[in-house]
Amino acid sequence: MKKSDLPQDKSDLVNFTREVCYVKNENGKYEAELSSGWDVKTDALNSAWLDIENRITEAKNLFLSGEASPIEYYMELKLMDYTVLAGYTGFWKWQIKKHKNPESFNRLNDGKLQKYADAFGVTLMELKKPSF
Amino acid sequence: MESFKHIQTAHCENGVTVSLLKHNGVKFMTEPLAFGLGSGLFYIHIPFMKVNNGPAISFRTMPGAIFKRTCKSLDIKVERKKFKSKTEAQSFLNEKLNEGIPVGCQVGVFHLNYFPKAYRFHFNAHNLIVFGQEDGKYLISDPVMETTTTLFPEELEKVRFAQGALAPKGQLYYPKSVGDISEDLLRNAIKKGIKRNCRDMLHIPGGIAGVKGINYTANKIRGWRDKLGERQAALHLGQIVRMQEEIGTGGGGFRFLYAAFLDEASEILGNDQLLKISDQMTKAGDLWRDSALQMSGIYKGRLNSQKDYEDSAALLNEISAVEKDAFIQLSKIVY
Repeated sequence: MKKSDLPQDKSDLVNFTREVCYVKNENGKYEAELSSGWDVKTDALNSAWLDIENRITEAKNLFLSGEASPIEYYMELKLMDYTVLAGYTGFWKWQIKKHKNPESFNRLNDGKLQKYADAFGVTLMELKKPSF
Repeated sequence: MESFKHIQTAHCENGVTVSLLKHNGVKFMTEPLAFGLGSGLFYIHIPFMKVNNGPAISFRTMPGAIFKRTCKSLDIKVERKKFKSKTEAQSFLNEKLNEGIPVGCQVGVFHLNYFPKAYRFHFNAHNLIVFGQEDGKYLISDPVMETTTTLFPEELEKVRFAQGALAPKGQLYYPKSVGDISEDLLRNAIKKGIKRNCRDMLHIPGGIAGVKGINYTANKIRGWRDKLGERQAALHLGQIVRMQEEIGTGGGGFRFLYAAFLDEASEILGNDQLLKISDQMTKAGDLWRDSALQMSGIYKGRLNSQKDYEDSAALLNEISAVEKDAFIQLSKIVY
């Protein structure tokens, strides 16, 4: 990529940082240059976030209709997969899968629920009754 | 002890390697050189694994390898430690800082609050340097940031003990002893770095790694639209672009970085062939950018026919061929 072709589009990096990119200068030599962003990347990131929003809404609806426990919702909200949540709570993945079922979730004692609350960064109350 | 100097780089692990080595007297170290000595260029598409609900693809070698290999190739002894206990992890860090030793740390970015929110996923292979303490905070040199920043002890603990895939487990590392680095040692290190990178890009069996891995992804892309539906298929392409270009990862960026390394190598070794192959890596980088642009047409919804997916795949096949040719030429050089 030539230095003159380096995109300087607006991105979420504004006011945080700019990225170093290696580009060819006028003399055909590589040098490091700063870029504020590239729309192609920003669009990829935005479409990923759009998908996350959709997943959160789906999980919220599953909770409201009584088909899933709040764990499903908070996992989507906090972008967590089973490995991440298992790491933070100490539960096994199969246990977490089970706890996604409202019946199984409702049988959990506060000690176990607190582990989930801590992992999601919410209070016990917020865990039991998410406010949307 | 000399005061620590923050250096911004394209990629975090390169950055930590460059900054720590420079601080320890290896003045000639640059980001492209660290990347090349560490044989950083790679491609792998791990089947049956999902990252953020998309394909698991990496454009660089495994986390930790660049620092390890670069140091080893220059006969630099390295200390690397993981911790079970958070308290121990902090007291060891404090001990090193009190001795005036800046330390590299592997961290997760989800709780890294000086990052823009949009970039904070559960990605655990980020690297930064802790270089001191002031007013109850740790002084942080994060290579992807333009300036230094700070973290409270509890914030640092949280990112050092992030959970999930590649959990850092408080891991820290630093060069322990640096000897005299002769020109000969450097020249051999460069040749070794190139040779290892040829092996990684050309000869890993199995078809998911190196230049073959790029074709593997191309084949997958051809089937995505039918198999996953338009929405998920488009998101998968978006993920490829994000892995390729996102802050601190690279992709097209890594190809340019490798081209820059070959330029430097050509000068140090006095070898013109390397310069030509550098041009070819630049071409590969440009093609990666073209493919990102083409894929963006799909995830923005402007393109959505099967033919558009075929076009994406064809571009990847072309990239694979260009990179294969470049590495075959590299492996044939007689210095």
